[in-house]
This record gives sequence, structure tokens and C-alpha cells, in this order.
Amino acid sequence: MSTPLITTRELAKSYALGGFTVQALRGVSVEINAGEFVAVMGPSGSGKSTFMNLLGCLDTPSGGEYLLAGDRVSGLGSDALAAIRNRRIGFVFQSFNLLPRTSALENIALPLLYSGVAGEERNRRATARLAEVGLADRGHHHPAQLSGGQQQRVAIARALVNDPVLILADEPTGALDTQTSCEVMALLQQLNAQGMTVVLVTHEHDIAEFAKRVITFRDGRVIEDHMVERPKDAAVLAAQLRAEQVVEEARP
Amino acid sequence: MNVLASIRIALRALRINKLRSALTMLGIIIGVAAVITMIAVGSGAQSQIEDQIKGLGTNLIILMPGSSTSGGVRMGAGSRNTLTEEDGYAIQRDVSAVQASAPTLRGTGQVVGGSGNWSTVFYGVSPEYFEARNWVVAQGKGFEAADIAGSAKVALLGDTVARNLFGDTDPVGQVIRIRKVPFTVIGTLEKKGQSLMGQDQDDVILMPISTARNRVLGQGAGRLRTVGSVSIKIRDGESMTEAEAQIRELLRQRHRIQPAQEDDFTLRNLSEVLSAREESSKIMGLLLAAVASVSLLVGGIGIMNIMLVSVTERTREIGLRMAVGARGRDILTQFLVEAITLALIGGLLGIALGVSSSVAIGKLAGWPIQLGIEPVALAVGFSAAIGIFFGFYPARKASRLLPIEALRYE
Ligand SMILES: Nc1ncnc2c1ncn2[C@@H]1O[C@H](COP(=O)(O)OP(=O)(O)O)[C@@H](O)[C@H]1O
Ligand SMILES: [Mg+2]
Repeated sequence: MSTPLITTRELAKSYALGGFTVQALRGVSVEINAGEFVAVMGPSGSGKSTFMNLLGCLDTPSGGEYLLAGDRVSGLGSDALAAIRNRRIGFVFQSFNLLPRTSALENIALPLLYSGVAGEERNRRATARLAEVGLADRGHHHPAQLSGGQQQRVAIARALVNDPVLILADEPTGALDTQTSCEVMALLQQLNAQGMTVVLVTHEHDIAEFAKRVITFRDGRVIEDHMVERPKDAAVLAAQLRAEQVVEEARP
Repeated sequence: MNVLASIRIALRALRINKLRSALTMLGIIIGVAAVITMIAVGSGAQSQIEDQIKGLGTNLIILMPGSSTSGGVRMGAGSRNTLTEEDGYAIQRDVSAVQASAPTLRGTGQVVGGSGNWSTVFYGVSPEYFEARNWVVAQGKGFEAADIAGSAKVALLGDTVARNLFGDTDPVGQVIRIRKVPFTVIGTLEKKGQSLMGQDQDDVILMPISTARNRVLGQGAGRLRTVGSVSIKIRDGESMTEAEAQIRELLRQRHRIQPAQEDDFTLRNLSEVLSAREESSKIMGLLLAAVASVSLLVGGIGIMNIMLVSVTERTREIGLRMAVGARGRDILTQFLVEAITLALIGGLLGIALGVSSSVAIGKLAGWPIQLGIEPVALAVGFSAAIGIFFGFYPARKASRLLPIEALRYE
């Protein structure tokens, strides 16, 4: 068996808050292989985001180990972590986090700016990614001129632009309606079908049902980790919802 | 990330808050404009003064008779008749550092000639006078040895005299009367303009010293051939103080002055004037530096303030940039470039304002203006330095944010 893409061993994170410490993660050991589609579930405050931020090298653990494709990440310097975020990981946030007053294309090209890719090449690759998420004609629109779903798709294009090995999405559908959520999930499923590893945080069962594996957190610990027999197809559901809406609107 | 991309990001950020950026630049704009204007006006005045001093000659020593004492009251330099024409020639002969030594007699009087009359100053001079006082013959010719030997009634007119007597017609060859004595005008002198004291240096007539003594001032032969002053020019590269000491020594010998006795003559040179000018321009420079540093400091603090605000406002942006791979130094560069851009644009606007207000002052007040490339280069350099200095702290603060904390910042 090959090396898992992600290995965590007794990963812990505590925050000093005033006089006492908050134990956000209390020893999480998981392995995630390349090509998986994992949903991290659990009630609010159970440590899901903390876990994701550690996987994404946005934060450093206070205990335990994290290996990305077999390489130890814990203990690396900030520049090395920046390089990992830049080249190997793509982030999708609940609040999209696009730069305001900046075109969709420039937003998508942002990671390339920090990997020293020349201007024309940046533009070429950003244009290609924009087309992949189905927004080829919106390249020069600013975030304020795009709908929530479109903004999230631009954010996914940005996550993909530097050909990462892993997509991390923290509540990517949290700010979207059901229809748009399904469309975004369909996009993630499609990427996973093409071989991309996706780890997604959600507290909604409906969303977790699109994943192939569900890891459930409670109080900073993994309490359940199971495979989903037959994940739902988001694209099919999205089409159904769209059809229902058409019928709804056609009704007098 | 390259610098060009940083500049583009900086310009966009500054454009978003146009008014704020403009107000921030104001301190630098005013500081730089003030510096440019003050340097332009100051160095204009400076170079005018320098021209005048150069016209007079910084290596000129004026030798005058000493002061006399009359009933215990000292009468001031030049009040005694202790200086002779021969003293002047001896200095020329015996002091090697002397390039030209010209004994001079001074007189004033009414001049009639051409179409009018004019009251002016005339000098009886030896031929060395032209060299000593940097007079150039504009038209006609200067004196010859024969003119001196024969007390020839020939004269050279200063520009002011020539114009007042003859207007536009050529005075060379014309006859004028100085104190009723007829003279032939053999030449005119090149214009010199005002002296340091504001006198018209061209309101003058030059004639041979013998002519002045024998025919105009009416000092008879046989008496000591006293003179009012001797103009002495020191050779380039010779030490003024040393030359002065040698002249003093020579004169004390010639006048048989005992070691304990005071000089019966006075030596003056323009280096005193020059050093006074240097002193005042040094003070001017200090004042300028003070004004410049205060306004640039204020401008710099303004930039620092706005950059701190900007870093706080854009904490989430910084977090996002870090999340997609920006390193600390990328963020540092970005905010530093933004601060420098802000300062440089302010500097350039300040230069534009400074140059135009200098030109306006020159036109309106009629002052001489001197705009050089140095103050402009200095202003650009200074603005950039201010951007770096005052931008560094906010930029470093931004670069040290932790990605997750910046991203979560509300
Ligand atoms: N920066 C922080 N400072 C202090 N406590 C924090 C911080 N971030 C998260 N926590 C705490 O850690 C626990 C886990 O938080 P989080 O991982 O965000 O949970 P979830 O994403 O599952 O809702 C919570 O109790 C939360 O209050
Ligand atoms: Mg969360």
C-alpha cells in the first residue's frame, strides 16, 4: 500500500484564552489517501475548522504529527509552509474570500503571483480554470458583480489554478442556497472523479452524503469514521432541483 | 512576486482611497515643494552674489592709507597721505605672488560732452588697473605706456557715462571735458552692473594716473606722489594671507615703521565679504534643512499612519494572500512598495508644485531663480527614503501576521 496523502498522529491544538486553555483538538489520528472525497462532520465547536486549518498549514499544531505525502509538515518554517499552501493545497472558504474590486481572472491568478509565474502565463492558466468552472464569460467581472454560487466557483478555480494535490473546503456551501450548494458539490465531485483529493467540512448531513467517506468529530476527537456505500450524485440532484423550479415557476 | 506586480497592486490600493491617498501625500507634497522653491530662490540669489564677487575678484586686495589721529580722534582709513604711487609699483616688482598692482587716484567732477553733461567719478590709474579690477575694453583701446609718460588727455568711459553723454552714438574719438579739461575718448569699458553694495560700477571714467594728478586734480610735481588706494590682484593659487603678509612687510620697510609701531596703511580683501556670505548661506542651508526635515517628517508620519490603517483594514486580504502562498516577505514588499509609491507620487507632485511656484515667484517678484537637477534628485531620493523608513514598520507588522489569525480577523 502506498503512502497516504494525509497522515495525522495524535494531532492536538489548544488555544490560550485569557486565564485558561481551550483544547480544540485532543489527539486526532487519521489517514486519507489520494483520490478520496472526505466530509468532516460534527457539531459546531467540535474542532472541524481547527483540523482543516492544520491540514492546510494555515496554523501549527500544539502537539502530534502531520505528514503530507509522507513529508513531515510540523516544524517547518513559515516560508516552507507558504510554499506548501501555494503549490500543493487549494483552499475553498465559506465566505469565498475573493479580493474585492479585482476581476475574477486576477483573483484566480493570485496563487500564481506567488509562485513566480509570468503575467501572460498567469492569465492563460486563469482563463483555462475559469472555463472549467463554467464562467468563461465572466473573467472581467468583479466579485460584487457575481452571484454567491459564481463567486464560490471562482474561488474553486483559484484553488485549482496551481495544480494542487489536495482541495480543502471549509463549509463551502454554508453561504449558499440548496440549489447552488448542489451545483458547487457537483463541481467538487467532478474534480474528485478526475482524481483530485477533496476534504470538506460541513455540519449538514445533506452535504456529507455527497462524500465517499465521513469522519465525525466531537469535542476535538474523532468519534466515527465510515465509508459511504453509494454517495449521492450532486449533478443529478442539481438537475432535479432545477427542473422542479421550472415547474414551480410555470405554475399559474 | 516581482516588483512590477507589487507596484500595480499598490497603485490599485491607492486608487481605491483616492482622497485619503491625496491627503496623506499632502505633507510630502508641501515639504518637497517648499524645499524645491527655497533652493531655487536661495541658489538664484546665491549665484547672483557669487557672480558679483567673481566680477570684483576674490583675489583682490585693496591697499589704503592708514587712519590718522587728530586730537585723539581717529579719522578712519584713508585719511592720511601715506601711500605713494611708488609703493604700488614696488609691490608689483617685489612681491612675487602679486599679479597686478595698480595705484589709483580718485576724483569726482562734472563731465561735459556729446549731447549732455554728467557728474561722475574718475580714476587715474596705471595700466595694471584693468587687470587688477577685471576691466575689459569694449570698444577702442586701453592706455599705453606713452599715455602715462606724457600725461595724455585720453579717457575710457564706463557704460553708464557713455550712454548718458552719447546715447547710442559711438563715443570713441569724441572729445569730452572733465572738470573743463578736454579729453579724447579712446575707448569704452564693458558693462559690470551693480556692485555688492548696490553701486553702479559702470558710472566711471578711467584716465592715466599721471593725467589725473597733473592736469585734473592739480597736484604739482615735486611733492610726494600720493595715491588714494592701490588695487592689488594676487595670482591664482597663491595664498591670500601669505601675499598679504608679504605686502605688509614690504610696506613697513618702505615706510620705516618700527616693530612696536602700528601700520600706517590698511589692507582689505573680499574674502571677508565672501566668508560672511558663506556664513549666511550656511544659516540659510540649515534653515532649509530644518523646514525640509520637519515637513518631511510630518509627511512621513502621515504615511506611516495611513499604512497602519491600511494594514488593519486589509488584514483579511493579507490572510487570504498568505493562504494562497504569499510569504512574509511578499507581504512586506507589497506594503513597502505601497508606502514608497505613496511617498514618491507625493514627491513628484511636490516637485511639480515646487518648480511651478519657483517660476511664478521668479516672474512675479523678479527674483533670480535657479532650478537645478540636484534638488529634484534629492527630493525624489528623500521621498523614497521616507516611504521606506515610515513604511517599514507597518509593512513588517503586516508580514508578521499569522495566516489563520489574519484570515479570521473581523
Ligand atoms: N483562535 C481561537 N482562540 C480561541 N479559541 C478558539 C480559536 N479558534 C477556535 N477556538 C475554539 O476551539 C474550538 C473548536 O473550534 P472550531 O475548530 O472552529 O470548531 P468548528 O469548526 O467545528 O465549529 C471551539 O471551542 C472554539 O471556541
Ligand atoms: Mg468551523
